[in-house]
This record gives sequence, C-alpha cells and structure tokens, in this order.
Amino acid sequence: MSDPVRPEILVIEDDAQIRRFLRAALIAEQYRYHEALTAQEGLAQTAARQPDLVLLDLGLPDRDGLEVIRNIRGWSRVPIVVLSARGQEKDKIQALDEGADDYVSKPFAVGELLARIRAALRRSAPAGGQAAGTVFRTGEIEVDLDKRLVLVQGKEVHLTPIEYRLLQTLIRHAGKVLTQRQLLSEVWGPNHTEEAQYLRVYMAQLRRKLESEPARPRRLLTEPGVGYRLLAE
Amino acid sequence: MVPERPNPDELLARVKEEDHKRTRGRLKVFFGSAPGVGKTYAMLEDARLRKKAGVDVVAGYVATHGRKETEVLLEGLELLPRRQTAYRNTLLEEFDLDAALARRPALLLVDELAHTNAPGSRHVKRWQDVLELVDAGIDVYTTLNVQHLDSLNDVVTQITSVVVRETIPDSVLDQADEIELVDLPVNELLHRMEDGKVYIPDQAQRAMQNFFRQGNLIALREMALRRTADRVDAQMRDYRHSHAIQPTWPVTERLIVCIGPSPYSARLIRATKRMADRLDAEWIVAFVETPDYASLPQEVRDRVLAALRLAEQLGAETVTLQGSQVAEAVLRYARAKNVSKIVIGKQAGPLWKRILHGSILDKLIEGSGDIEIYAISGDVSAPLMALGATRGQSPGWKEYALAAAIVALCTAFSTALRSILTPTNLVMIYLLGVVAVAMRTSRRVAFFSSVLSVAAFDFFCIPPYLTFVVSDYEYLVTFAGMLTVSMIVASLTVRIRLQTEYATDRAARTQALYRLTKELSGESRAFEAARIATGITKEVFGAEVVIFLPEDGRISFRRRTTDRLPIPMSEEAIAQWVFDHGQSAGRGMDTLPGASALYVPLKVSQRVVGVMAVLDGTEKIAASPEQRYLLEIFASQTAAAMERAAAAAKAREAEVRIKTEQMRSSLLSAVSHDLRTPMASITGAATSLLSQGEHLDAATRQDLLESIADEAERLNCLVNNLLEMTRLESGSVEVRREWHPLEEIIGAALNRVERSFRGRPVETRLPADLPLVAVDDVLLEQVFINLLENAAKYTPAASPIEIEARPERAEVVVEVMDRGPGFAEGEQTRVFEKFYRGKAEGVRGAGLGLAICQAIVTAHAGTIEAANREGGGAVMRLRIPIGGTPPAADPALEAEAQ
Repeated sequence: MSDPVRPEILVIEDDAQIRRFLRAALIAEQYRYHEALTAQEGLAQTAARQPDLVLLDLGLPDRDGLEVIRNIRGWSRVPIVVLSARGQEKDKIQALDEGADDYVSKPFAVGELLARIRAALRRSAPAGGQAAGTVFRTGEIEVDLDKRLVLVQGKEVHLTPIEYRLLQTLIRHAGKVLTQRQLLSEVWGPNHTEEAQYLRVYMAQLRRKLESEPARPRRLLTEPGVGYRLLAE
Repeated sequence: MVPERPNPDELLARVKEEDHKRTRGRLKVFFGSAPGVGKTYAMLEDARLRKKAGVDVVAGYVATHGRKETEVLLEGLELLPRRQTAYRNTLLEEFDLDAALARRPALLLVDELAHTNAPGSRHVKRWQDVLELVDAGIDVYTTLNVQHLDSLNDVVTQITSVVVRETIPDSVLDQADEIELVDLPVNELLHRMEDGKVYIPDQAQRAMQNFFRQGNLIALREMALRRTADRVDAQMRDYRHSHAIQPTWPVTERLIVCIGPSPYSARLIRATKRMADRLDAEWIVAFVETPDYASLPQEVRDRVLAALRLAEQLGAETVTLQGSQVAEAVLRYARAKNVSKIVIGKQAGPLWKRILHGSILDKLIEGSGDIEIYAISGDVSAPLMALGATRGQSPGWKEYALAAAIVALCTAFSTALRSILTPTNLVMIYLLGVVAVAMRTSRRVAFFSSVLSVAAFDFFCIPPYLTFVVSDYEYLVTFAGMLTVSMIVASLTVRIRLQTEYATDRAARTQALYRLTKELSGESRAFEAARIATGITKEVFGAEVVIFLPEDGRISFRRRTTDRLPIPMSEEAIAQWVFDHGQSAGRGMDTLPGASALYVPLKVSQRVVGVMAVLDGTEKIAASPEQRYLLEIFASQTAAAMERAAAAAKAREAEVRIKTEQMRSSLLSAVSHDLRTPMASITGAATSLLSQGEHLDAATRQDLLESIADEAERLNCLVNNLLEMTRLESGSVEVRREWHPLEEIIGAALNRVERSFRGRPVETRLPADLPLVAVDDVLLEQVFINLLENAAKYTPAASPIEIEARPERAEVVVEVMDRGPGFAEGEQTRVFEKFYRGKAEGVRGAGLGLAICQAIVTAHAGTIEAANREGGGAVMRLRIPIGGTPPAADPALEAEAQ
C-alpha cells in the first residue's frame, strides 16, 4: 500500500471467532482495525472515529442491524458492507435499500470479503468515480460516457435509451449490488419500483448485447432475489 | 373320566355376560299370576330388609292402591317425587326417570313393569325405563303379572277372553337376574277379593270380574308357576353347563317357523317361542317371499313385517327367503341351517285351492325326511292380534266413480256401434273398459266394473234395448262368459300391476342401496362418508336428513353434515340419548315420540359412530316397515363406511408416523456420518498445523490448509441442504413467483458453481425466443446449482456439461446433461429420495440435493425426471409451467425514458 494514510475499518460483530479472523485478515492487509461488539458501541465508535468503512453484522444482540444502517445513514456516507447469513435475501435487500453498499454471505472466503472492501473503498474515494474520466472499461466492454458510445471488443453496439440508462446506472455504482428497487427508481423513476419484470427483460437484452455468452455472464451479474451488479475491473 | 369342558367360545360369552351384569344393575322381578297376590307387598318387605342391611333404597314408584298393610311397609323408605304431566286436562303422575338417574340409589323400587307411560315421557313403556336404569348400574326391584308377558299374551286372551294390551317382551323377564314368584292359592286370592283387598280400577271392573273367575285364576297360576319353573330349569342347565357337569355336549336344537301374511302369524310365532324355550332351542322365523307377495295389499305386507319384528323382539332370528314354492324354499333353508323341527300353521285357505295346488303342509311333510313338522292350528274364533295396526283402506268413491264413468263410456261406444257390430263383439269394448279400470284401481273396483259392464251390456246392447229382459236365452251364456272373463282379466291385470309396482319399488330400493354402498366404498374420510350418506338418504327417502358426529365422546349438533341445522338445539340431548343407548328414538318411535325428528343410531358392532336425524318424511317411514327397514340398513351401511374410514385414517396416521420415524433415523445416520467426516478432517488438519506447523514443508502446509477450506465448504453445503430441506418440508417456504428470464437464473447458478467447476466445459443452448417464466428465482437457482454440482460430482473432471432449454406448449423444458456413467437400472426414480446417494467412488454428500430439487419443482407445479442419455451420460429433465402470459418490453416505458 502506497497510500500514506491507511484506511480505517470498523468491524461491528458480536461473535469472537469471526472477529478473530477478521482482525487477522484486515491487519494483514494493512488496514487500521477497530472493533465493536454491540450496535450501541458500533454507532458510538462510528461517530467518534469516522472510519473509512464499516463492516456490519446484521445479527447483533442488542439492536437490529438495519436500524444501525438507518442511523448511520442519517449523518454519514461512510461505506457499509454487511455480513449476513445465506438464504436471507429479504434482509439483504432491506440492508441495501437502507443504504448499505454491499453484502457478503456467511460463510465467506476472506479473499472475497477483501475484494468487496476494496471495491467499496474505491467507490467512496473522492478522487475515484467522477474524476476517473469519461471512459469506463470492464472486460471487453468500453463505455464512453461523454459520447454515449458503447463498444464491445472494440465494435460499436447500439443500445436503446433505456438500456443505456440502465448501463449508466450500473456503471455509476460499478462493483456494488443494486437492488431492483434502486435500479427501477433510478432508471424509470420512483413511481415504477414495482415493475421488476420490465427490469429483468431489459437486463436480459443488455446482457445479450454486451456479453459474449449471455447465459454465462462475466460482467453483468445477477444476484438472485436481490438485484444486479456490474463487475468492475 | 375326563370331564368335558365347555366350549371356550361359550365360556368367553358367559364371562362377558357376567362382566356386563356386574357393571349393570341387578334386576329382580316379583312375578305373580294375577293382581292381588301380594307382589308389591313382597317387594317392599324385601326392600326393607335390604335397607336394614344398609343399602341405599329409594322407592321410585310404588302403587299401594290404598292398601293399609302395603302403606305401612312404605314408611321409612325414601320416596322419589313423581313427575307430573298435564294431559287432556288431567294431571298425570308418572315415575320420574331422570330424577331416578340423578339420585342414583343403590336399589330402586319401580312397581308395575308393564305399565304404559303417560304421553310425553321419554319411553312409551315403563320396562324401557327400567332397562335404562339397570344399564345405568342401578339395581331395580319391580313387579309383573304373568298375563303381561308377550309370548303368553294370546294364550291368556284365549283362556280369559280378556285382551291384555300392556305387554312386555319376554326378553325383559329373561334379562332379570332374579325372579321371585309371589304365589297365592286361588281360593285365598278369591277370599282377599271378597274382602276388598284387591285393587281393581273402576273402568276395568266388569272385565276384571270376568278375569277373576276361578278357572281363569287356576290357569294363570299354572302359567306363572310354569314360567318360573322353566326359568329355574334353564338356570339349572346353565349351572350344569358352566360347571361341566353334563358329560356330553347338548346338540342345540333349531326350530324354524314358517309364517305368511296371515293374521295368525303372530300366534304362530308366540307358540314357537314357547316351544323353543321349552326345548332350549334356537329358533328362526322364516318368511318366504313368493312372486305373489307383490300383489298383496300394503296392509298385508305390513303385517308380515310387523310379525318379523315381533319375532325379533321375542329373540328369534328372522330370515326372508325367496322362492316360488314356499315348501321348497323352507326345506332348502332348513337343511342348510341343520334345523330339526319346522313349525307351520294349519292352513285356513279354501279347500279347492288346497286340492288344486296341494297344501304347503303336504309338500313339507313330503320333502321333510328326518325333519319333524309341527302344524299348529290358527283358531279363527279367537280374537286376532292387532298387528300392523293399519287396516286396509277401502277404495274411495272416486275409484268407483271412475269405474262407472269408464263403463258409461264403453256403453256410449257400444250403443253407437250396436247397429254395425254383433253383440258378442261389443263385449270386447266392455272388456277393454274393465282392463282400463283394473289398470288404475283395486281388485274390488275392477270386479264392480265387471258386474256393471255385464248389466250395462244387457241393458243397452241386447235387444230389446233399455230393459234387462233378454229375447234370446243364449245371451245368458254370453253374460256368464263375459262376467267370468272380465273378472279374470281384471284380477290378472290388478295383480300384474301390483307386481310391477312392487318390483319397481324393490328395484328402486336395491338401486338406492347399491348406490349408497358404491359411493361410500371409496371414501376414506369419515366425515365425507357421512356427508355422502346424508345426500343419498335425503334423496331416497324424500326427507330432510342430517348426520351428527361425536366430539370428545359426546354427540354434537355442531359436527353435522349440513350447513343448516333444521332441528332445535334443545334436541341435542335426544341425539345424545340415541348415541348412548344405540336405539332409535324420536318421532314415530316408542321412545320420545314428541321430538321433531327421528333419530337413528349409526351403529357398527355395538359401537355407535354417529346419529342420523330424519325430518319431514318420518310419518311415511314409521308407517311402512319396509321403509324403516331400509332406513336401518342405510344407517348401518353409513356407520360401516364411517368406521372403515376412521380405521383407514388411523392406518394412514400410523404410516406417517413410521415414515417420520424412518426419516429421523436415516437423517441421524446420514447427518452424523456426513457431519463428522469433514469435522474430523478440519480438526485433523488444523491441529497438525498448530502442533507441527514449523516442521512441515510449505507444500504440506498448503495442502492441509486447502483441506480445511474444502471440508468447511462441504460442511457448509451439507448444512445448507439440511436447512433447505427442513424449510421446504415444514411448508414455511413461500414460493414467490415472478417473471424471470431463465437465462438469468441459469447464469447466476453457473456463476455460483464456477469455483467447484474449475474450468470444466459448460455448453448452454438457450434459444433467444425462450419466454419468461413465472418462478421463484432464488429457489430455482438452487435447483440449477444442485443439478450442476451433482453433474460435476458424478462425472470425470474434464467431461462437458450441457444445458438446453426449449418451450413446449405451456411449459419450458430444461435439460441438464452430462457424459458420465449415467444411472443404474431403477436408480432413476430413487435418486429423488431423501438420503439416497449415487454409488460413485469418492462421492460424498447427504443425498438431499435432488430431493430438494424435486420439492422446489413440485412447488412450482412442475416435474423433474432423471434419465440416461443416448450415447452415454445422464440427463435431468425439468418441466416448468410458464404460468400465464409473460410480459414483453413495454414500449411506453421505453418512450418515457427518452
């Protein structure tokens, strides 16, 4: 890490064993590590330390994790990555809709968690996103946001206006899972959040135009029951 | 000598009988030959002794008739208050059954067993009250005179010329645990009468004076003595029998009495009963239903059925035989049943008929062989028993009017045609008329029309006209011929018509019964069976029908087969009574006739499973024994079906329990093994890293670490599968069907298995026009993940996996195919069973993956099957209903986005 100030990460998690390996992994990655065992303590530390990222377990003993997200979002834009159990898609959607940036299902591989943390930090970095210029590149896909030009393997692909706006939204949140509600709201407007089937139709069209093998997508990924994610490089 | 032991079945029956008697109360009957012999007195004396011995004695109903010495005995005994009912402006006092049941004394005195209760009582007869008390476990003392015994009733009538209306079935006396004969020599009784010590109600004064003639009293006394002696005899035999005193088994004699529609049948039955009692024989009452039976009027048929019911009351087995020849049918049955004696009435039919057809008696004797035949006379001069109380209605004036009108019509035709046709041909017109009358009316009216026709023919068609005088005496032959022919034709027509009607009726009954049996046969739920029976019974009897089922051992009006309750809630108690006692009650019956419905128990081998209430049509049913009989059969069929259904339900429950048990044990064995193995690997690898980490080379360390990660992943998989299966089975999983492109779900699944596939070639063939399907994406993703992982698990590492989908009518078919070893014979269906694992080497798992797939696909109303592929390999084929019309990209939305 060449960065002079290493990012500071707050882990809010009650299970000692999980904290134990998270601490090891995060310190090995040169992050500054802090921990909180309850929601109460987590909120206090978030306010006091202003960490660069919060790693939040949804199943806390004293308070619902969703409440913690809502609370933090009331006064901070700090990236929040949620740890949740598999099979609880509803919780994940709620967490994302409340403003969490990403989630990792337990049990998870440390590598995957670190990748998500990196992506979230990158998105929140003031110099990232906007300033990175007007060209977005991932895999074989290249999008010139100024010229509204989409290239796949260097060849121009024509997108309908909705397809383009969909792609634009995904690029804006590249690497992050967007719930169906978030996508619908951003592309079609806040009055169309219940028309998920249209979103799926357009996503399918977009995949056919951008992916070489739409049934095995490499970039436009689906998180069943939750939403979509555009994998950033 | 080894003493012969009683037959074990009989012993068992005796034990049961004694058990039953122990829980029942004891019934003691003070039995006398006539009023005034001192039965009540004897009863009270006995009761006082018992009270002195500390027994809780209550006088339920004692009629002292103002006799001083009797009243003295009553002093000091607790008297049960009598129930008072108003009946036609008079206040009637009656024994209060409910109060007695509530008071529950150890011993209750109830006088006059043969008494008929006041209207509005629960039972019509007091003996029914007494039996209920005994059944309830209360000891009862009661009194009875010999003339009230059903089987002796006709003899008493013959001897004394007094018709005794209050009778009790002999079986009541037979059920008594003790009979005490209260005897008084005839002269002493007469003295007591003269002294005014015998109570005789005013209204019966004259009849009773007739009754108390010396000769009568002697005869009655003899009867009472004999009846008691018979019983002592039977007890003695019983005792000898139970103690195996008799060296050989008695051959049970069997009697059969053959009855017909004659009014003397009842007498025949009673005589046979006495004979059977003396012989200690079983007895059967047989009725032969000949084709002629159909043409008999309803009231005669009722008489037959009433006689059969009487026989049943007297303890006989009854049977209805079919056959054209009475003698033949009876003999055939007698042989089959090993009957030793046949009893038959001496026939009173006309001599010519007997000569022409040969009497049944002759034929019986002819074919009897070693069976003894007893002929008993039917004494015409003796008063008849009123059986089947309804007398035949004589045809109404309307029928006669119809007959007259038809004859008038014939006459009109004949007079119009008499100039063209010869008189003998005009006869034909009248014959036609007679046939027309016979088609619609009774025999009597048809005969009337025959006579009228002859008269009209003479008057209008034979010259000289309009007079009965005939010019030619040859016409007298015509008249005679015409009368004879028309009467025979009328008689035959009526008979055929009645036979047809009866046959239709019978066919309808058979049909109804067949339908009931058939519709009930397949029903495996008791309540459903009751509901079906309700519907059919309603249709067949044209009455409102409800079946009530018990709830926690009590009949409940809430558990009924109809939506509406057509009966007042207050009658629930009647239904309960019927349920408890297994006897019909209510409208048209002897018990609780004031109820608004007829309540029939649904009884299966002494167990009551419900109560059927019949409304509206009850009078018709009560009046016709055939209908009542049919209703009883309906009730028993319904009960049997309900019982069967209940048994089936119990069996099902047991099966489920066994399955659950099997499930649990296979779960335990699977889980314990599958959880322990990865656990052991993880523990082993981790501990060796901990203790020897420094001595291990880098490659080994890496290897152990990978093993920990892999095993942990496996454990995770297993736990997930178990949780998923549990969730699916508990029904807590909600299938959220939304429109999804299949491609997206398959894509997501492929993404998830990416790591375990490690670059294995996967080919997907999904046509671009594949419609959206309404599915739960999370669940369906799980299906594909399981299928893909399975395919990878059972095939070599580099072998390709293919996924293909195509729409087929209202379904989408998806196939996941591999080039592995495929399925062994018979494995294709087994793979979906829980905890079934393929036999491949080194493959581990709980055997839940495909079971989960099947559960999910089934929840989507789809199917999943396993098959072998052509050219080797396995294919898993899913068929998922599309689930309606999928939405298309909405151009309006597209426009909005511009």
